Amino acid sequence: MNLSAAAAKSVPAVQVEGLHKRFGENEVLKGVSLSAAQGEVVALIGSSGSGKSTLLRCINLLETPDDGRVLIQGEEIAMKKDRAGRAQPADSRQVDRIRQRCGMVFQSFNLWTHMTVLENIIEAPVHVLGRNREEAVARAEGLLAKVGLSAKRDAYPSQMSGGQQQRAAIARMLAMDPQVMLFDEPTSALDPELVGEVLKVMRDLADEGATMLLVTHEMAFAREVSHKVVFLHQGRIEEQGTPDELFGNPQSERCRQFLMREGGR
Amino acid sequence: MLDLLSYGATGWGDELLQGAGMTLLVAVLAYLIGLGAGCLTAAAKLSGPLPLRWLAATYTTVVRGVPALLVIWLLFYGGSGLVGWMAGLFGYGGRVELSAFAVGVASVGLVSGAYAAEVIRGAVQAVPKGQLEAARALGMHRLLILRRILAPQALRYALPGLGNVWQMTLKDTTLVSVVSLAELMRQAYVASGTTRQPFLFYLVAALIYLVITTLSETGFRALSRRADRGVRRATA
Repeated sequence: MNLSAAAAKSVPAVQVEGLHKRFGENEVLKGVSLSAAQGEVVALIGSSGSGKSTLLRCINLLETPDDGRVLIQGEEIAMKKDRAGRAQPADSRQVDRIRQRCGMVFQSFNLWTHMTVLENIIEAPVHVLGRNREEAVARAEGLLAKVGLSAKRDAYPSQMSGGQQQRAAIARMLAMDPQVMLFDEPTSALDPELVGEVLKVMRDLADEGATMLLVTHEMAFAREVSHKVVFLHQGRIEEQGTPDELFGNPQSERCRQFLMREGGR
Repeated sequence: MLDLLSYGATGWGDELLQGAGMTLLVAVLAYLIGLGAGCLTAAAKLSGPLPLRWLAATYTTVVRGVPALLVIWLLFYGGSGLVGWMAGLFGYGGRVELSAFAVGVASVGLVSGAYAAEVIRGAVQAVPKGQLEAARALGMHRLLILRRILAPQALRYALPGLGNVWQMTLKDTTLVSVVSLAELMRQAYVASGTTRQPFLFYLVAALIYLVITTLSETGFRALSRRADRGVRRATA
């Protein structure tokens, strides 16, 4: 491995430093620092209101952090203060560029309802990356095969089950060749019997070496696929470690209680 | 009696048809102006800076709160005064009178825009936030999201309301007859006065309005079906 490749490898895919976010009186993130190496799968766990989804949404600036730094592959997202003193991204084009490299999958799928599955998948490659249509369609068909939805190519989202919609949403994200994948409770809105098909697709991505940050309540899945597990409590990282450390021998009392509650579900 | 409706020098058929044509022209132009004004006003209300938001709120409140007939009178006399005053600045001292057509289109358009603005604002707000977040998360910029995601989805919610605004706009054109524009209502009025057959001419006028509204309702339904693709199909 030459020197620059080694340097590139050592730059974290995602790095977050001292992140603060408040909604009105409610401080949701109270100084969170976190990093994910290239190819690492990081699971964010914690009870609702712990700030894990907000943390994820700050990484691609769907929420604007009030304070702190976000770096994607070493590139820091430039922030400025507006006249009211609120933090704002300094350059919306930089944010758009960063978002093209950070795919996101949502709890509620958010496939565009007025487009077929295929149209959903080629939308951003064609209109954001400027790829030609035939190329994008060919790639989309490959991705649909990968997530097991070739037959649903021309279906509208409303004609599909939740599990199918979420797999299509994952294909839409993959069509942008993201360097980092953010999963925000991807199976929480699904009927229990549909969770498995989505987790299978995600497991395949993890096996292929994708860099993933994952907010989830699926503890067994987090333990199985992640390299690092981060437990958040009231806007702070309470504990983090390898899955075996955190699930097998949690150090903090809160984490232990949380795992007991989750395990009992 | 029906020869009164014939085409030519003795009948009123040609006048009525010309009137219907004028009605359609005023209605279509006013509606287009209204759609433009409605989009801008809705945008100002939803995400404009404070002064623009205030201006938009004043516009919709005042114009929707005042009878359309008064808007026409105010614009007819006030507009002439305003243009006359501006002409005076350029050294033209004569009396200025605005054309009934221009005043008609402008005032009906103004009213149409105030209602369209509310319909469009509601439709934009009805688009689920997640639909836009998904677009932002893929790196789509604001104008692209507006064009590819927000507008097609908002249109779905807006079309029924915009169909109502169109019918209202069409009927508001009758009010322009007060400034003697030769649209359908005015022609029916003149014909009934001349022939002393008011019921006949007003009935014919009513039928013509009904034909126009029925046809346009069909058109709006077809547009709605197209905009609803992906939603209705599932239930069909």
